[in-house]
Amino acid sequence: MTEIATRPAAPARGGALSGIRVVELGFAAAGPLVGKYLANFGAEVIRLESRLAADVFRTTYPPFKDGIVQPDRAAMFAFYNDGKRSATLNLKHPTGVALARALIGKADVFVESFTPGTVGRLGLDAATLRADNPGLIVLSSCNQGQTGPHAFHPGYGSQLSALAGFVQLLGEPDSTPVLLYGPYIDYVAVGYGTIAVLAALERRRRTGAGCTIDLSQYEAGLQFLTPTILEFAANGRIPGRRGNADSVAAPHGVYRCAGPDRWVALSIWNDGEWAAFREVTGIDGPATAAERRVSRVQLDERVGKWTATRDRDEIVRLLRRKGLRAAPVLAISELFTDPQLAHRGMWPVVKHPTIGEMHVMAPPFRLATTPSLQVSAGPTVGADNDHVFGEILGLSLDERRRLQRDGVFD
Amino acid sequence: MCGRILADLGADVVKVEPPGGEADRLQPPFVGDVENSARSIPWLAANVNKRGVTCDLTSAEGRALFARLAATARIVVESFAPGRLAELGLDDILRDTIVVSITPFGQDGPFAGVPASDLEVTAASGSLWLAGEEGRPPVRTAQPQSPYWSGMYGALGALVALHSPVAQRVYVSAQAAMTTVHPPAPVWWDIAHEEHGRTGPFLLGRSNVGSRFRNLWACADGFVSFAIQGGPIGRHTGRMLRQWMAEAGNVPAVIAAIDWDRFDNSTLSQADVDALETAIAPFLAHLTKAEFFDGVVKRKMLGYPVGDASDSLADPQLRARDFWRTLSPAEGLPPLPFPGGFALFDGERPTVRRPAPGVGEHNVEIYGEAGVSAEELARLRAAGVV
Repeated sequence: MTEIATRPAAPARGGALSGIRVVELGFAAAGPLVGKYLANFGAEVIRLESRLAADVFRTTYPPFKDGIVQPDRAAMFAFYNDGKRSATLNLKHPTGVALARALIGKADVFVESFTPGTVGRLGLDAATLRADNPGLIVLSSCNQGQTGPHAFHPGYGSQLSALAGFVQLLGEPDSTPVLLYGPYIDYVAVGYGTIAVLAALERRRRTGAGCTIDLSQYEAGLQFLTPTILEFAANGRIPGRRGNADSVAAPHGVYRCAGPDRWVALSIWNDGEWAAFREVTGIDGPATAAERRVSRVQLDERVGKWTATRDRDEIVRLLRRKGLRAAPVLAISELFTDPQLAHRGMWPVVKHPTIGEMHVMAPPFRLATTPSLQVSAGPTVGADNDHVFGEILGLSLDERRRLQRDGVFD
Repeated sequence: MCGRILADLGADVVKVEPPGGEADRLQPPFVGDVENSARSIPWLAANVNKRGVTCDLTSAEGRALFARLAATARIVVESFAPGRLAELGLDDILRDTIVVSITPFGQDGPFAGVPASDLEVTAASGSLWLAGEEGRPPVRTAQPQSPYWSGMYGALGALVALHSPVAQRVYVSAQAAMTTVHPPAPVWWDIAHEEHGRTGPFLLGRSNVGSRFRNLWACADGFVSFAIQGGPIGRHTGRMLRQWMAEAGNVPAVIAAIDWDRFDNSTLSQADVDALETAIAPFLAHLTKAEFFDGVVKRKMLGYPVGDASDSLADPQLRARDFWRTLSPAEGLPPLPFPGGFALFDGERPTVRRPAPGVGEHNVEIYGEAGVSAEELARLRAAGVV
């Protein structure tokens, strides 16, 4: 028999969202990151999971601590779920479903990111849950939305980013598109999903009404491409890959610097900036912006020649001193030492019981009076069963032991 | 974009511009390729659903007028250079208002005042590092993304602040915003000390032995996104691919040899992956994007065509969900299709209901609501304040 996890309840935390309880059923990034942001500002977020159907971020996606594939060594899960509680429920067991329903009955928000129809088949559809708990806000986030001919089509964020049109905008114009790293569109949907939940909570505060939110990750992503849609509809042109070219600025590009794989990004937006740029670099070129755009290729060559022998950070310092726009192309490892991100506390350090010390990600917006609170990594499987089933649902230790024997907490 | 999202949710969002209009009204491209302040496509995309006034914040009278307007607001969104708000003396006026400040690097820190456009912000976030061909310069998305990310997180921050008992400042950094768009790369560095970089069309991070998987493939009329994957849906996808190839009359031996019920992509060597991909490429190359899309939907396989703006407008799923909202985005312009609201709330989609404002279009209406008399407004207009 597995030991029932015992852990003291986390102390009440002060945050903008303190007092809000969120229950979540989902997997990977698109649903769970909504809960992460809510937890970061003080909401109590309870991830319901099962050892029998664990999140792919616990089972499939590396990296795992020391390369050992085990649910509590999964770094992805620990990173994407910081600040949450975990409670295990076997939703194939009727009592498991009943307990999930009871718990959601005591929550303000329910987030789920399964294929459409899944929670309905369990009897955890929005209509049932809102009949129990009229003020409940239900967010269903999925690839293509809850309705329509493609609703049941499975999909991951990286491929949906291709369908939506992001990928075809990335690369050199005369070449094949390149990958947009990670499940890009999922993160767009996370932002909009969290916004939708908070807006519904605000409406509930005024009217008492709950809300059922149907979020299609595809539709959320298209918001970020609105100008490409308008450009095609208004002017008949399909926006495509442009390398790093811009319609206004020239030069506008990424140039190789001295050293292995070192690059600098810079852009010149008007004639005054061009004059200052010439003064610093000695690079020759046309005096007007329109002419510079026409001779972009030659200009890029000249700039590249100038940067190739110079240190990346020295170039950035030189140009910034003149008020010009320039930035290092930071490698991922450098994000942990960049002084500006460090100043903002972008990567809080937390201690995970199995993984040890690790970094989690701060929200990119900072609240001055009630900042985000990040004190724990994603929970181990079932770490908060006692709190959730004992304290919140009021089940006695004997009852919990019996349910555990029956496989309800598997 | 921050204001646009709040406006989409039904908030009454008032855009405050300097007399004559803001410079962003002249961002290309333009509707019908006619360059004027009512036709900038990126500007229109960000400003439908809002009302607009003009106000010269550099004059004392303008600031007094702004104070009366701000007194009617719960949220003020601004993107001045850090410190400019205080310099204009607006800090005190806004003490009881949620103020969302959106700048390239945030309000404080060593680089707070440094100017940057989308390209530099993206470079400093790690996003550029991850996009492009190995050995060639990193590339950015041709439709600038950082304004959207920053605006979205600004709206998110504003709504979190709305739930807190005190009015407070919300500081958005575009650099930080763009840093959130590429996990798991930071996790790989943090936990495994592996530096992910540019891999062109290949996916990293699916393997325990360092193999990479092709994710973008040439097809008959463009590209498709497809990958050899593990997990239940990945295995289903492999099984269906074999069946699809069989229907087309040729299952390559390396595909036929796989037991898809036990398939695990995370332990395949690069040589194994290459052999599988060499066998799959010709099959995908003879399909059109539409044939591929129909095929994967019918078989519930993972995969999508690489779409563009024309594909989105024709997409049957978006049409079935009544996604598009057609609106003339400014006076005198043709009706254009806008993405509709980003979610359905109790079955209803927030709509694109109001064209973007002309310069000072709602001065009379809005200043009137704030208690400014017609005579006073006429005087302010004569003085160049509005």
